[in-house]
Amino acid sequence: MWTLYKKEIRSFLGSLIAYIVIGVYLVLTGLFLWFVDGNNVFDLGIASLQVMFDIAPYILIFLVSAITMKSIADEKRLGTLEILTTKPISDISIILAKFTASITLIAFALLLTTVYAYTIQNLSNPIGNVDWGAMLGSYLGLLLLSACYTSIGLFSSSITDNQIVALLSSMVISFFFYSVLSMLGDVSWLDSIGRSLSWFGLEFHYNSISRGVVDTRDVIYFGGFTAVFLGFTQLVFESRKW
Amino acid sequence: MSIEVNTLSKIYGKQVAVNNINFQIKTGEIVGFLGPNGAGKSTTMKMITGFIPPSSGGGTVCGLDFVEQSIEVRKIVGYLPENNPLYPEMYIKEYLQFMAGLSQTNDSKVAVKNAIEITRLGPEQHKKIGQLSKGYRQRVGLAQALLHNPKVLILDEPTSGLDPIQVAEMRNVITDLGKEKTVMLSTHIMQEVEAMCERVIMINKGNIVADDNLKELISKHQTSLEEIFKQLTQNVDTI
Repeated sequence: MWTLYKKEIRSFLGSLIAYIVIGVYLVLTGLFLWFVDGNNVFDLGIASLQVMFDIAPYILIFLVSAITMKSIADEKRLGTLEILTTKPISDISIILAKFTASITLIAFALLLTTVYAYTIQNLSNPIGNVDWGAMLGSYLGLLLLSACYTSIGLFSSSITDNQIVALLSSMVISFFFYSVLSMLGDVSWLDSIGRSLSWFGLEFHYNSISRGVVDTRDVIYFGGFTAVFLGFTQLVFESRKW
Repeated sequence: MSIEVNTLSKIYGKQVAVNNINFQIKTGEIVGFLGPNGAGKSTTMKMITGFIPPSSGGGTVCGLDFVEQSIEVRKIVGYLPENNPLYPEMYIKEYLQFMAGLSQTNDSKVAVKNAIEITRLGPEQHKKIGQLSKGYRQRVGLAQALLHNPKVLILDEPTSGLDPIQVAEMRNVITDLGKEKTVMLSTHIMQEVEAMCERVIMINKGNIVADDNLKELISKHQTSLEEIFKQLTQNVDTI
């Protein structure tokens, strides 16, 4: 598994996609946080990264999908999946290696934004007057959310040998689970059904963890969500055997 | 016995790809697995190497069940799939190093060096796979199958698409390998079989139609291998 993990990381670094993804993420979050009129840190006058944490889940939908679209679809297209799966390594190890490699890349992108956190801390008055709990909670939330997106991305990549199809289906599924379910909670005629449905959405749990209270139920939800989609991916892997 | 296949079948929907086949390959043999396109050659090889499971039946490789102990079997089998899939953006050495890791070789550096030597990849070893000619790519595919010094080699059409010189070189490499390993190779080119194999297994529409020593097969039918192949694989189609 370690060998495959290393190869995946190397192929990220060898292709432009890793740099583009990290660059785009930093530029977009930076723009929204500091420059876009009306909602930036200076307009709001609050020393928090809330603007970034609000927008990041949407940016990540696109970026995580872009990172994962290649991972299995391309192995299928090239036929190398047959080589991988006839080496002494189990299907689930292949999936986990690809999953951890993608997560590593995203975690790195998230880590780079801690520069913003440092800046905010220095801008606050008095210096250091920042809600660290909420900030750490939000970072953890983003990481867990990325894990969910990655598992969706891998699943989408496994059902096709076309990267564009993988990218689009991953974005649609991710958007559905993050946004659409949570919107249903606001539909008045759906009433309590809508609210129950929104509980299944990612945004509900992300918002909850972003407040800085790490509730085990949320963590279990994110973990379970990721496991379910990785499980689906394995099912697709095994479908060649049916 | 190196490879033993018992009542092996593969059924896709209603289509029978491999129908209840049985054969045995002794240690150290080079066996040609012949058949027209779509006869079930690749399917059989995919089942032995654990890519797909059989619909029924099974068998062993060096005494290990290739369905139940697939992971163990993969450790002693070197497999070159049809069409030789590779990563064009990787360097040869990088690719072989990666494959050596996946194959769980003890010393991957030595393994890569040996495989490059055996497949005579030396002069091209610093290139990217995407820059190689088809002949060299095929050698990379073969090198990948040799890294973990497998006891059994399963090669699916190792010479398809090569020019005559490359075919001859590939034959030499495989013949050398056959001195110490069991080799099962599929092809539909008769000259190749005559040049490399001691034994022939012919398959047509999922059924084995011949399984004999090459010389005996020819003397029994009193004609060339090509004629035998035509007779055995075409008569089913004639109306």
